[in-house]
Amino acid sequence: MSESPEAPLRTADGVPLKVSLRRTVRRSKIKALLLVTPLLAFLIIAFVMPIVEMLWRSVDNPEVSTYLPRTAAALERWDGTDLPDEEAFAALAEDLRVGQAERSMGTLASRLNYEKSGMRSAISRTARGAANLEPPFRESLVDAHRAWGETDTWRLIKRESRPFTPSYYLAAVDRQMSPDGEIVKVPEHMRVHATLFWRTLWMSAVITGLTLLLGYPVAFLLASLPARRSNLLMILVLLPFWTSLLVRTTTWIAILQSQGVLNDVMVALGVVADEARWQMIHNKMGTIIAMTHILLPFMILPLYSVMKTIPPSYMRAARSLGGKPFLSFRRVYFPLTIPGIAAGGILVFILSIGYYITPALVGGQSGRFITNYIAYHMQTSLNWGLAAAIASILLFVVIICYLVFNRLIGVDKVKLG
Amino acid sequence: MAIPSYATRGERIWHYLFLGICGLVFLFLIGPLLVIIPLSFNSQPYFTFSKEMLTFDPAGYSLRWYHDFFTSSAWLNAIKNSFIIGIASTFLATVLGTVAALGLSSRYMPARGVIMALLISPMIVPLIISAAAMFFFFSKVNLAQTYVGVILAHTALGIPFVIITVTATLSSFDTTLIRAAHSLGANPTRTFFKVVLPLVTPGVVSGALFAFITSFDEVVVVLFIAGPEQRTMPIQMWSGIREQISPTILAVATLLVLLSMLLLTTLELLRRRSERLRGVTPE
Amino acid sequence: MKISINNRIVKTGVAALGVSALAVAVSAHAEQTLNIVSWGGAYSMSQHEAYDKPWIEKTGDEIVNIDRSGNALAGLRSQSQAGNVTWDLVDMLPADAMIACDEGLIEPLDHDELLADAPDGTSPSEDFVDGALGDCFVASIVYSNIVAFNSEMFPEDDQPSTIEDVFDLENYPGKRALLRKPINNMEWALIADGVERDEVYAMLETEEGVERALAKLDTIKDEIIWWEEGAQPPQLLADQEVAFASAYNGRIFDAMVTEDQPFEIIWDAQVFELDGWVVPTGKLDKVKDYLHFATDTQRLADQAKYISYGPARKSSAEFVSTHAETGIEMEEHMPTYGPNFETAIQKDDLFWADFNDELTQRFDAWLSQ
Repeated sequence: MSESPEAPLRTADGVPLKVSLRRTVRRSKIKALLLVTPLLAFLIIAFVMPIVEMLWRSVDNPEVSTYLPRTAAALERWDGTDLPDEEAFAALAEDLRVGQAERSMGTLASRLNYEKSGMRSAISRTARGAANLEPPFRESLVDAHRAWGETDTWRLIKRESRPFTPSYYLAAVDRQMSPDGEIVKVPEHMRVHATLFWRTLWMSAVITGLTLLLGYPVAFLLASLPARRSNLLMILVLLPFWTSLLVRTTTWIAILQSQGVLNDVMVALGVVADEARWQMIHNKMGTIIAMTHILLPFMILPLYSVMKTIPPSYMRAARSLGGKPFLSFRRVYFPLTIPGIAAGGILVFILSIGYYITPALVGGQSGRFITNYIAYHMQTSLNWGLAAAIASILLFVVIICYLVFNRLIGVDKVKLG
Repeated sequence: MAIPSYATRGERIWHYLFLGICGLVFLFLIGPLLVIIPLSFNSQPYFTFSKEMLTFDPAGYSLRWYHDFFTSSAWLNAIKNSFIIGIASTFLATVLGTVAALGLSSRYMPARGVIMALLISPMIVPLIISAAAMFFFFSKVNLAQTYVGVILAHTALGIPFVIITVTATLSSFDTTLIRAAHSLGANPTRTFFKVVLPLVTPGVVSGALFAFITSFDEVVVVLFIAGPEQRTMPIQMWSGIREQISPTILAVATLLVLLSMLLLTTLELLRRRSERLRGVTPE
Repeated sequence: MKISINNRIVKTGVAALGVSALAVAVSAHAEQTLNIVSWGGAYSMSQHEAYDKPWIEKTGDEIVNIDRSGNALAGLRSQSQAGNVTWDLVDMLPADAMIACDEGLIEPLDHDELLADAPDGTSPSEDFVDGALGDCFVASIVYSNIVAFNSEMFPEDDQPSTIEDVFDLENYPGKRALLRKPINNMEWALIADGVERDEVYAMLETEEGVERALAKLDTIKDEIIWWEEGAQPPQLLADQEVAFASAYNGRIFDAMVTEDQPFEIIWDAQVFELDGWVVPTGKLDKVKDYLHFATDTQRLADQAKYISYGPARKSSAEFVSTHAETGIEMEEHMPTYGPNFETAIQKDDLFWADFNDELTQRFDAWLSQ
C-alpha cells in the first residue's frame, strides 16, 4: 500500500500517529496521576483537612445561635438603642431554662465570656435559677443578674448570633468590637498579641541576620577548600543539623544558665563575681543564641550550594583586571551569591517565626514568641477559636514568605544534607 | 584555600583573620554538643565541671545517669513508643512517598508544581500550626490520643523528606539504562530489580532515614495530640527540661548525639554508594 | 546491605504491630480497668497508697493512672467532642469542674446517695467542709498556696512571718519566685497593701482594685523570678536562687521532711483551695463503687500520711496520724490546722471563672512592660 504525501502517518496497526501519540501521552499522564493519588489522598485527609478545619474554626460562631435560638430570633428586630422588649427577655428566660435542663449553657457562657468578662457567671447563675423565673421577665432577669439590665450585654448577644465572627481575628491583633460595632484597639494594658507578633518578626530577623553573618564566611571557606577537606569540615555543620532539637536546646541551658558552664568558667577566671553571674538565658538573649545555633546549618547549606557553582576563575579574572580584593569581592563574587543569601535567609526566617520549643524552654518572659501564645490558648485558656485565629495569621505570613521563596528559588531545588 | 604567592601583607593578615573567624563559628556549631558529653558522666548532680572532673580524678566520673536512664521504666517506655511510632510512620511515608515520587518524576505529570507544593507543605507549615490543626481535627474523628493518630501525623510530616530525596535521585536517573537493559534481553521485572531498584534504593533509604529522624525528634505535634500512653522520648525530655533538668537528660542527650553521628555516617555511605553506582566519581 | 535494612524495617514494623495488638488484647480481657486521671508526682503517689492499693486488693480491678489533671478540662472537651471518653474518673480543681459541669462534660452527683457516711453516721453533705461538694464535684483534699522562704537566708532573730514581709524588700531582701499567673499574686498584693481579706475579690472586680494589685506587685517586680511548674519553687529555694517562693504547701513539706531542707512556710494569707473528683458523663455506674470507697473517712485520713494536704471531711481529722516515712506528726503541717488557718483566704472559684482570661491577658501585658 503506497501512501499519498497528504495521508497522515500511521502506526503499524493503522492508527494515525498523532492519535496514537496523544493516546500514549494521556495514558502516561493517567499513570503518573495514579501513582501520586494515594499520597495526595492521604495528605488531604491527614493534613489539608485539619488546616481547613482550623481556618473554619477561627471564624465559626455557632454558640449563640445554637444555645439561644429564641433570644437571637427575638433580637432580630431590635434596633439596639435601648433595652429590648419583654418578648426578648421572655425568650432569654426560656432559652436559659431549656439550656439548664440540657446542661448546655457552659459552652455559651465560655464563648460570651471571651467577649466580656463576667458573662460566664451572668449566664451560669441566671441559668441555675431559670426554672423559677416569673414574668414579667424583664424585672426577674435583671434581679437575677445585673448584666441583663445593660444594653451592651444585649448588643453583644445580637452581634454574636451571626454564624461567623471576626472577633477571634480582632482579638489576635489586640482589637475588639466596641458595643457600637466599631473596631477599636483594646486598652493599652491589655495588648499582648500584637507585641508578640512584632517581637516574633524582629527577633526572627535578628536571628536570620546573625546566621547570615556567621554562615557566610563558613560557606565561603567550605566552597573554596578542596573536596576532601571541605567534606571533613562539612561534618561539623551536618552533625548539629542532625542532632535532636531538644538536645541542642538542653546543651544551651547547661551552658548558659546562671549555675552553668559558661558562668562557672567566667567566675573561675575572675571575669565575673560569683554574686553577679550573667543572666544569659530565660530572656531574649537565650532565645537568640540558641536559635542562631539551631538554624545556622539551614543558612550554611544553601549558601554553600550556590557558592560551589561560582567558578574561582571569576575572582581571579577580577583580580587580574586590577580590582582590589575587597572591591572584586563586592562587585563580582557577592552579587553571584545573592540567590544563596535569599534562599538561606527566607528558609531561616520561615523556620524561625514558627519555632515553639526553643523559645518556650529558654526564652523566659521576654524571649517568647507568638507560637507560645497559640499553645497557651490551646492548652490553658482553652480559647480554641483565638488559637486558630493566631495560627491562621501566622500561617498566612509563612505562606507569603514561601511564595517569595518559591518564586526566587523553587522548592524542588531544596537539598537535604 | 591557599594564599597566592603574590598576596600582600594586608591580605595575609586578612586571610588568617578570616580563618580565625571560621574556626570560631565551627566552635560555636560543635562546641555545645561536645560539652555535654563529659558532663553526662558527672558523678554529682550538677551541670558543670566539678573539681574532680577537671583534675581527671576517676571519682568525679560515673555512669550513674546512664544507669538511671536504663533502669527507669518511664524512659524505657518512651524509647519503645518512639520506635513504634517512628518505624510505623517511616514505613508509611516511604511507601507512599516513593510511589508518588515515581509519578512526579514522569515527564507527563500534570500540574506538577501545584502538587509538589502541596506534598512539601507539611515541611513548610510551622509545626505548632500543624499541631493545632491536627489536634482540632483528630479530636473530632477520634484519633487524638491514639497511636494511629500520632503515626498518621508523623507520616504526614515525614513525607516531604521522602519526596525530596527520591525525586532528586530519580531526576538524575538515566532512563537509557532501562532501554539498554531491555535491548540486552532483560524483561521488565528483571530490569526493575536488577537496574532500577539498586540505583533508586540509596535515595529511598536516605528519604526513610530523614522521615525516621523527623518522627524520632518531633515534639510539638506529639505534645498536642498524643495521650499519656504515647509518651515518646522527646516528650519525656521536654517535661524533664521544663521542670528541672536532671543530669539524666544530659545522658539521653549524649546518646542522641551518638545516634545522629551514626545516621550521618550511614547517609554519607549511601551517598557514596549511589554516586559509585551511577558512575559519578566523587570529584 | 539494602536488603537487610528493608528486612529489618519490615520485621520491626510487624513486631510493632504485634505489640500494639497485644496491648489491645490485654486491656480487653481485664475484668475492670479504671482509667484514673490525676496530677502525677507525690500527689498521685499518695492517692495510690491510700486508695488504689487497698481497692486493688479488695476487688482485683486494674487501675491505670494518667497524669493529665493539668490539662483535664481540655482533655474532657476533646474526648467528649470525639464521642470517645476513655477517662473514668478525673481529679480536678473545682473551678474547672464548674465549667465542665456547665458544659455537660461531667455527671451531676447526688452526694448523700453516692458517698459514704461518716463513722458516726453523719451524712456526707454535713461531713464535708464548706464548698467541698459541687454540683458535679466531690473534694478529697484541701491544699494551699503559700509563700515559703529559706530560713538560712535571714538572720535567726528576724525571720519573715507575714505576707507583707514578702513585699518588703528593705527588711527582707532577695529574689522572690512567684507563679507566672495572676491567681494568688493579685490576692496577696492587695492584702499586703492593706485590703481586708473578705474584700479582696470584690476589690479585684473593679478597675482600681486590679491597678492597685499590679502597682503593689510593681514594687517588687525587678526581684521576681517567675515559675511555671510545681517542681521549680522548692528547687529554687534549695539552690538559694531566691529567698521567697510561692508554692503548693505539699511540695514544700515534702522538701522539708524528705530532703531536710531549711524551709519555712508563711501561713499568713494562705490561699486555700479544694481539689477532688469528677466523673465524666456516662461513667458513673462504672466508678461509683470506687468513688464511694476513695472518699470515705478512713481513706482521706490515710492519704494525709503521705502528703500534707488536709482531708476534705471533718470526720477524717481525728484519724490523721503520722507521716508514713518519717513519723512526723502531720497535724501542724496541714493547711486546716487551727493556727495556720487563722488568716486563710478561700480562693473564689466563681471570680476566677469569670475573670481569669481577662486578668491573665492583663497580667501578661503587665509582665512584658
